[in-house]
Amino acid sequence: MTALLEPPIGLLAELTHRCPLQCPYCSNPLNLETVRGELTTAQWCDVFRQSGDIGIQQVHLSGGEPASRRDLEALVDGAAKAGLYSNLITSGAGLTQSRLERLAAAGLDHVQLSIQDADAANSDRIAGYAGGFQRKMDVAGHVRALGLPLTVNAPVHRQNLDRLDDIIALAVRLGALRLEVAHVQYYAWALANRAALMPTREQIDRSIEIVASARERLKGVLTIDFVAPDYYAERPKPCMGGWGRGIINVTPSGLALPCHAAQTLPGLVFDNVVERPLAEIWASSPAFQAFRGTDWMREPCRSCDLRTLDFGGCRCQAMALTGDAANTDPACSKSPRHGELAALAESESANPPLPLRYRRM
Amino acid sequence: MSADGQKSDGKTAKTAARARLVLTASSAPRLARHVRLKHDAVRQQWILLAPEKILTPSETAVEVLQLCDGVRTVEAIAGELARAYAAPANAILADILPLLQDLADQGHLAR
Ligand code: SF4
Ligand code: SF4
Repeated sequence: MTALLEPPIGLLAELTHRCPLQCPYCSNPLNLETVRGELTTAQWCDVFRQSGDIGIQQVHLSGGEPASRRDLEALVDGAAKAGLYSNLITSGAGLTQSRLERLAAAGLDHVQLSIQDADAANSDRIAGYAGGFQRKMDVAGHVRALGLPLTVNAPVHRQNLDRLDDIIALAVRLGALRLEVAHVQYYAWALANRAALMPTREQIDRSIEIVASARERLKGVLTIDFVAPDYYAERPKPCMGGWGRGIINVTPSGLALPCHAAQTLPGLVFDNVVERPLAEIWASSPAFQAFRGTDWMREPCRSCDLRTLDFGGCRCQAMALTGDAANTDPACSKSPRHGELAALAESESANPPLPLRYRRM
Repeated sequence: MSADGQKSDGKTAKTAARARLVLTASSAPRLARHVRLKHDAVRQQWILLAPEKILTPSETAVEVLQLCDGVRTVEAIAGELARAYAAPANAILADILPLLQDLADQGHLAR
């Protein structure tokens, strides 16, 4: 490390891995943590206080489904008291009007609601949860009625991309401030379902056009964030804004990870927030140090001008696809493995989709 | 799912769409309820906290935003800054109107 360490800005708090939905692209690990190991209310509130002290500004209350925690109201209150801007990342399951009222009163700042499709039947099929779509519509209505800002998050893939126009129209109808059109990133459950979810190149190109024209048409009405698909890309994404540069992810049992998929990297040692102060973890936890900055890089990243912009892409993708986390992310056209990626995507997306493997404990 | 939930869906959805906020010199914008202008004690700088975004507004933007109280018009804000900096109000208005419109288009301002 040559540069001075900046303080972290965001906390991704995976409150629980429990979730009644079974999305086949869930970013939770295949080995889901059980309720028994979950941090207590007091332990989370302490993490929030420490977060505020070291410069974290936003907390993303995520999961699993965070509303599966009976103490969600107390956790939102704890985040607010720690001065954090709180974002609830929810599937809508477990949120009633009265619960949302209590969350708003506790100081919740923003709700991000995921949808699986604009088509109710397909949405419920993808989520593996009957009636889920209608619940989401109700939740969106309650969120807006409370005056809370709403982001709709739509993970897109081969089995819903042809309805992207409808998804955008739905977000507008729901009064969302933002829409995230997020091409599925193939880690964890999504990797296990890649052949069923991988879009075709035509679908990708079309999605880029649709988003571009919607952005123009809906200026000031709906902000659309677009998460580009890696497999057909030329440049990788700066995953997490760079390893150990701004974000701390805490798992339900308190492990501090530099990225939610970091547990797929062999040999990394994680600290637990119950055992070590967050400031120390940020400064010197071995997992955070492992790929911080640029010293760990090999060629072609080591001598590349873009290395301080994209930090060599995603470590977990490099691991999953090349077998070594310190390699260049193959999403980059300079990676010697780059050609395989698009070829794989093209061949997988040309086959009839395999049955979905649902996320289950 | 309750029958009542099913019924409420169509209605809520239809009436809730947002409209673009177009600002003129006589608009009196304020920060949207979900946006917070805050001094970050650790980084020693002003930040704007918004849904899944953190902006670091310029010094000018901070001054302008501190005056956006929903009462003062953009013109009045330009006038105040013009007096403070002994600069022509017109030039300031021409600078801050696009800045505010841009923030409005990102959903950070309200009327
Ligand atoms: S992606 Fe789906 S299954 Fe995974 S936590 Fe979110 S709603 Fe639940
Ligand atoms: S070679 Fe490495 S640093 Fe350069 S663009 Fe590719 S991934 Fe980024």
